[in-house]
Amino acid sequence: MVVIHINRYKCGYCGACVGVCPSGALELIETWIEVDKNCTGCGICAKVCPVGAIEVKK
Amino acid sequence: MKDSYDVVVVGAGPAGSIAARTAAQKGLDVLLIEKRQEIGDPVRCGEGVKKMSIRRHIEPDYRWICADVKGSRIFSPNGTKVEMSESISGGEVGYVLERKVFDRALAYEAAMAGAEINVKTRATGLVIEDGFVRGVNLMHLGDEYKIRSKIVIGADGVESKVGRWAGIDTSIHLSDIETCAQFLVIGENIDQDYCHFYLGNKIAPAGYIWVFPKGKNQANVGIGILGSKSGKYRAVTLLSDFLKEHMPDAKIIEMVVGGVPVKGTIEKTIANGLMLVGDAARQSDPITGGGIINSMDAGKIAGEVAAKAISAGDVSINALNDYEKRWRATIGREIDNSLMVKNTFVKFTDEDLNSLAYSLKDVNFTSMSLMDLLYALFKANKKLLWDLRYLFKDVVKNEIDFSYRS
Ligand SMILES: Cc1cc2nc3c(=O)[nH]c(=O)nc-3n(C[C@H](O)[C@H](O)[C@H](O)COP(=O)(O)OP(=O)(O)OC[C@H]3O[C@@H](n4cnc5c(N)ncnc54)[C@H](O)[C@@H]3O)c2cc1C
Ligand code: SF4
Ligand code: SF4
Repeated sequence: MVVIHINRYKCGYCGACVGVCPSGALELIETWIEVDKNCTGCGICAKVCPVGAIEVKK
Repeated sequence: MKDSYDVVVVGAGPAGSIAARTAAQKGLDVLLIEKRQEIGDPVRCGEGVKKMSIRRHIEPDYRWICADVKGSRIFSPNGTKVEMSESISGGEVGYVLERKVFDRALAYEAAMAGAEINVKTRATGLVIEDGFVRGVNLMHLGDEYKIRSKIVIGADGVESKVGRWAGIDTSIHLSDIETCAQFLVIGENIDQDYCHFYLGNKIAPAGYIWVFPKGKNQANVGIGILGSKSGKYRAVTLLSDFLKEHMPDAKIIEMVVGGVPVKGTIEKTIANGLMLVGDAARQSDPITGGGIINSMDAGKIAGEVAAKAISAGDVSINALNDYEKRWRATIGREIDNSLMVKNTFVKFTDEDLNSLAYSLKDVNFTSMSLMDLLYALFKANKKLLWDLRYLFKDVVKNEIDFSYRS
């Protein structure tokens, strides 16, 4: 289940979140991030994001 | 696009283009793919490089050089300045590049050497058979393709998936990545001769702020903070604060965000039929965050090893170990030294940083080597920097210089 939300109006498509995701759940396509079912909601990607575009849904 | 190649290179950054150029020059049939529709854009870089290192790979060309810098100034939290300039050899220091143009120039070189290039072409997975990587799955303009190759070179940057697909865990811990933001600004009083660095746990926790001149009243003003310190404060907000305070009149004409691995060397960068290069192999420098030169060096080694392995008909992990050995002996050695420095510096308080800077106030640096600076610091602050003694054990013996790779 996808438990994070990426604000694509904020995201600068840099790929930092993809690099830190321990589950390999993220992918930077071209100008947007896709999340797959492997996301555990750990929140690591949300911490690293330089602009704060990722939110973990409660 | 054909069905099969000798080598498929994933990602047309500096690592991928140099790998593709080298392999093509050696006579291999090479496909270089890039998922973006424009090579080099958007930029994720401060664009600073050492002059002599860039010349190893390409003749400097003013189409992609924005500024020619004479030295660096580092400011501690209380503003104590340490200046390093190259006074003797006449400006042999650094360039600030235009990566958008530079990355394209490198792709041009790969193309001229005979590599086929495809943009808007994304690797979506690897073809793996009998424990060997034997090609890639691609998406190009919405259609899927399966391309076979003897070797795949993963040059897919910080967001690399290629290594993970082959079972190499390249995920980065929060304490092993600098999260960055940068503005390209226009301002009246920007020093065009020096790169400036600002340290301090308030302005840039476990990182620094840089101001790199870009010619014509412009500069890259950027920040990197350690991932583990990010959350409450974001790189982009801290950078905006700095700009308000130090350059209130600057006009922002571009924004860049990104992550730089500062992890030190990772355990493994090869598999049967696969090599990882550049940021995909986490080869950026843990202290400066610089990765352009390392990725080009690694790309070149990988291209050479690919040619040798393919002509010998052996692309197993044993044959590709030559790549692993060669990059670790050069780039790897520097990365591990820098990791030691990073691990020491991230623990420093602002007071420590101030007293370190103060201890250098009478030192006159004539060369811009970071190692020279660190050695001077070490000599003056043995207690604070005792963890770094291993770095200098050879220096003490025979005044070795650290420019073994330049
Ligand atoms: C803010 C910031 C400032 C920096 N400042 C400096 C500096 O001043 N000096 C310096 O030396 N270094 C600097 N660096 C580091 C430097 O930018 C990188 O180390 C360098 O770009 C790495 O080159 P690369 O070829 O390995 O990866 P990249 O340049 O990231 O290229 C990877 C390419 O692969 C493509 N790709 C990814 N996945 C796929 C896929 N599945 N299919 C197809 N293509 C794919 C990407 O689109 C990208 O074009 C900085 C980094 C950041 C973020
Ligand atoms: S780290 Fe943030 S800005 Fe960068 S790609 Fe991920 S969500 Fe976007
Ligand atoms: S929340 Fe954790 S698992 Fe989910 S995408 Fe982010 S880093 Fe990956």
